[in-house]
Amino acid sequence: MKMNLVALLAGIIFGLGLALSQMIDPNKVLNFLDISGDWDPSLAFVMMGALAVTMITFRFILKRPAPVFESSFHVSKQSIINKSLIMGAAVFGIGWGMTGYCPGPAVASLGLFSMESVLMVVAIYAGFFAERYLVRK
Amino acid sequence: MENFTPISALLGGALIGVSVSLLLLLNGRMAGISGIMNGVFSAPKKEEIWRVLFLIGLIIGAALFQFLTQGSLSVRDGYPLWLIIVGGFLVGFGTRLGSGCTSGHGICGIANFSMRSISATLTFMASGMLTVFVLKHLVGVV
Repeated sequence: MKMNLVALLAGIIFGLGLALSQMIDPNKVLNFLDISGDWDPSLAFVMMGALAVTMITFRFILKRPAPVFESSFHVSKQSIINKSLIMGAAVFGIGWGMTGYCPGPAVASLGLFSMESVLMVVAIYAGFFAERYLVRK
Repeated sequence: MENFTPISALLGGALIGVSVSLLLLLNGRMAGISGIMNGVFSAPKKEEIWRVLFLIGLIIGAALFQFLTQGSLSVRDGYPLWLIIVGGFLVGFGTRLGSGCTSGHGICGIANFSMRSISATLTFMASGMLTVFVLKHLVGVV
């Protein structure tokens, strides 16, 4: 119960952050990716703002034996840089550059009644399922 | 350098950092959005509810901001839908193949000093920039 409330609250704060930073605006994202045009570096500041917090908090949090409401941390211990990581990131980047949406803003935009974000979210899930059946089978 | 908004970007980014920190400190989870989305249909039942609630929270957060600022965010309209369909598919496919997106690799992974996440972030930034360059300046579709 507590964990569900935390998830809801964390989601709301994340959504507010995406909106305040305007990362939710796909055109602003495209202007960030457009380095040879009218470059808008704002989104690099979104990442810096987030990392300024997490680089500090993660040090303290991960020193704990366990999280507050759960018996252990669910943190990826994988460290190999392999072909699927790089290929996957490259393919994701192409989709990001085509649309201006990464997964968080795509979902959050549903709250702005953006019609294209409905299509975006459905297409993302189609990509998830395709990857599961083509690659992981 | 048009429409450069460093202050709201930093503050919004900090909010995202707070959200990610809360989820890790209290629930022990990394807030990688693509992983959370994917888990809605693939995780065990007990694991699905918090994911759905997190995603609903994202939607509420954006709607709340729009309400409080009296509709300050513009909603894009008339963008080529084939780009959304194909691009959305690639975002889904690529984030699963590469085990993460902007939040999972870019914020959580880098904060964890993971070389894997740093490599992934540099890769999707580069391919995103290259894609926009091709679509906007070479092909001219957007």
